[in-house]
Amino acid sequence: MRRLLVLLCLLAAGRAWALDPAAVGRLAFGDGDERIAAIGALLASGEPRVTEVLQAFAAGELQTAGERVLIVRGEEGFDAASGQRVAPLPPEREDVVANNRLRSAAQAALASLKLLAPERAARLEAARALSGSVDPATAPLLRKALEVEGDGEIRALLAMAVASLDLASDDRATRLAAIRMLGESSNAAVQPLLAAAVKDPDAEIRSAAKLSLIEVEGRLKWGEILGLLFAGVSLGSILMLAALGLAITYGLMGVINMAHGELIMIGAYTAYVVQNAFRSMGLFEWYLLAAVPASFAVAALVGMLLERSVIRWLYGRPLETLLATWGISLVLIQGVRTLFGAQNVPVENPAWVSGGIAVMSNLTLPWNRIAIIVFAAAVLAAIGLLLARTRLGLFVRGVTQNREMASCVGVPTARVDTLAFGLGAGLAGLAGCALSQIGNVGPDLGQGYIVDSFLVVVFGGVGQLGGTVYAALMLGFANKFLEAWSGAVIAKIVVLVFIVFFIQSRPQGLFALKGRAA
Amino acid sequence: MKRRTFVKQLALSVAIASIGMSSTSLYAQQKTVKVGVLHSLSGTMAISETVLKDVALMAFEEINAKGGVMGAKIEPVVVDPASNWPLFAEKARQLLSQDKVAATFGCWTSVSRKSVLPVFEELNGLLYYPVQYEGEEISKNVFYTGAAPNQQAIPAVEYLMSKDGGNAKRWVLLGTDYVYPRTTNKILRAFLKSKGVAEADILEEYTPFGHSDYQTIIAKIKKFAAEGKRTAVVSTINGDSNVPFYKELGNQGLKATDVPVVAFSVGEEELRGVDTKPLVGHLAAWNYFMSIKAPANDEFVKKWNAYAKAKNIAGHKDKPLTNDPMEATYIGIYMWKQAVEKAKSFDVAKVSAAMGGQSFKAPSGITSTMDAKNHHLHKAVFIGEIKADGQFNVVWKTKGPVKAQPWSPFIAGNEKKIDAPALMAAKK
Repeated sequence: MRRLLVLLCLLAAGRAWALDPAAVGRLAFGDGDERIAAIGALLASGEPRVTEVLQAFAAGELQTAGERVLIVRGEEGFDAASGQRVAPLPPEREDVVANNRLRSAAQAALASLKLLAPERAARLEAARALSGSVDPATAPLLRKALEVEGDGEIRALLAMAVASLDLASDDRATRLAAIRMLGESSNAAVQPLLAAAVKDPDAEIRSAAKLSLIEVEGRLKWGEILGLLFAGVSLGSILMLAALGLAITYGLMGVINMAHGELIMIGAYTAYVVQNAFRSMGLFEWYLLAAVPASFAVAALVGMLLERSVIRWLYGRPLETLLATWGISLVLIQGVRTLFGAQNVPVENPAWVSGGIAVMSNLTLPWNRIAIIVFAAAVLAAIGLLLARTRLGLFVRGVTQNREMASCVGVPTARVDTLAFGLGAGLAGLAGCALSQIGNVGPDLGQGYIVDSFLVVVFGGVGQLGGTVYAALMLGFANKFLEAWSGAVIAKIVVLVFIVFFIQSRPQGLFALKGRAA
Repeated sequence: MKRRTFVKQLALSVAIASIGMSSTSLYAQQKTVKVGVLHSLSGTMAISETVLKDVALMAFEEINAKGGVMGAKIEPVVVDPASNWPLFAEKARQLLSQDKVAATFGCWTSVSRKSVLPVFEELNGLLYYPVQYEGEEISKNVFYTGAAPNQQAIPAVEYLMSKDGGNAKRWVLLGTDYVYPRTTNKILRAFLKSKGVAEADILEEYTPFGHSDYQTIIAKIKKFAAEGKRTAVVSTINGDSNVPFYKELGNQGLKATDVPVVAFSVGEEELRGVDTKPLVGHLAAWNYFMSIKAPANDEFVKKWNAYAKAKNIAGHKDKPLTNDPMEATYIGIYMWKQAVEKAKSFDVAKVSAAMGGQSFKAPSGITSTMDAKNHHLHKAVFIGEIKADGQFNVVWKTKGPVKAQPWSPFIAGNEKKIDAPALMAAKK
């Protein structure tokens, strides 16, 4: 109720009142300190138009023309102080450049204004924004907001923010209470505050701060461990996607396909082409839905074409296959370079796979990685079903285990080979589509994944899809844990050395194919 | 019979045509000068270097349209060293001994420059190197038109330490694992220590070339930043690894207002194809930005737009971008022209001598001058913040041009090194 009253008062002050043009002028023309002061003065004025001006300032929409300060959006212009439309716009305008320091001051000011907003969501957002580092200048507003706030979650956030202010208080009891309060926080930003309090001359404050710090650190530790696990799963899912196709072409069919990486690259470029087509149709947000089947289809087609034209003549001659597919990979790279140029092409994430979800204050899971993990699981399930439950899967397994016998009972082995190779290539295309969401799309994209793919397949055990999955996840975890411990360069070396020794002592990989032949 | 007459006619016409051609080329030969362009047009570095070849050709075309250099038309010899370091040396030898080029414009990575250096010194060629680098080198055969560390890295760190830059007290030095980032970070570490930053407040991290998974690195930065005072990241990540790095940065919600990242190898071109909205406020330090407001820059950008459209340059024909190494290439070519005209000769020694003190109204809006002795340009330093549209807002700049220090005072043993190739040779 009181909040409403405050707001009503502000609204009543309304349009009729312009902002202090001097303060707006200082915001536009002053040096760093003057502009910070101007933000404070505008905030203190309590005018409703402050929000608009500060938002425009933070978003870079403020321009100056001579002495005048304008808010310019597209072709429309408004006077910043009075809010009146300015038409026509003066031709000679300069941008008002806000640097990080000013932008964060403006954002803090905006957040503190929103603390009194009627919508719960806006207040919650504002409270979250302020809960990290609190500027003493916003202290009065913060305390006022805490007084009138009714919502429990927002209150808790505000109380934390006030506590981090109280840490600097002169009153010992207030400080102690604040320290105990902060002990319940799981925000990384309170860590340095408490760490500073640990060095306090007062013994009681020192011990309280120590206790609180241990509690906070314990909570943050969990965030770190979970983050590391997530990173491992994410890398594992990417490795698995990249290697799954190879597990079929190399693992099941025995073709050393050096062009596997380029099939991944073709998938990624298909995603790029689909993206452009959808953007021109105005459906950019949904291009991924079409890019997934398209990249599968294109890569599968290229794969089947390769199998029909080159690889089928080389079955049983691994060295020749290796050389021929390596040559093909070079042809494909150069072909793409001629078609699309040597530069990387931009594949942008649609909004629904951008950003991340904040699980804890120090753990944000990016949506694109979550999407890839889900996608990898779906692909794995689909391929598992296909091999285990369908006629094609039965034929593929039959041909792999005993080609002559399968042929004798009437399996068209040549056609099965083509289809199986197409399936492997199509999976590579799917991997490419997924990779386009996290990395670069360029002609050399495949080169970076071919070694990893072979590592995963060989490590997991040739001829074993299940082995590929375990191997990919294991390598993902190993890489990420080593990276966190020793840095990326050493991690890569250690993993490679480990695999060399592993393959020497167990050439059949993690899971050996058990059969009469083996 | 008919066929024979046709063949005869064909042969005759070819002969006539070739006479015509040879006569024009004979005429042209009297007034041309060959110039080498040594940039990778394929392989990993093609991403960055191709555009430098294009901007060089644009400058040659411009100069030729205005009558050439001392009346001689420039005849570019473009070779492709294919991002292959030994091939750089081979192609450089070909340019110098076979094509007898008067000057060469080329190289991007320090390793490629190091591999051609002995060739240029042996055959007494002239190389213009247009990219920011780690210093620690000086040669009578090379003119460096990119920045030395004190013209890029150190001002950037000083800015982040200042009140306007956010009062950074803790530092993450993050780079790709090779000579430029390692040396730059060595210099920065010494510089930070001289400013009283404790060893515990510096975190140094390297990733391999082409690294694409920055999850753990970002998690480490977050953890490091949470442990204490204001933290800033100095990134010397090179090449296309920057795209996944910035994507991860945006997705993990590490905002510039919390932990600013300043990069030395990220410009307009590298941000092409990255969604820059989450990156607003992260910084880059260069000696030129496309967004600089200056008449010379407007003209440069306009020329490049027209050229990219006319020549159908991939990417640039739809979205033309200019960047710092392009500007440095352009300055280098014009300075070479001025030096030739001052020396009234294409002779390497005479042109070299005439290079010192040359000045040029650079697109960055300042007048860039070649140092009288040390073969490096005096350049202004700009610090820009990324905008939502992938361009940069200049938030800080030096008052005027800064003299390059190729021998950084922050590396032990450099005090004794002399800042001029001529004097160094005399000392030897």
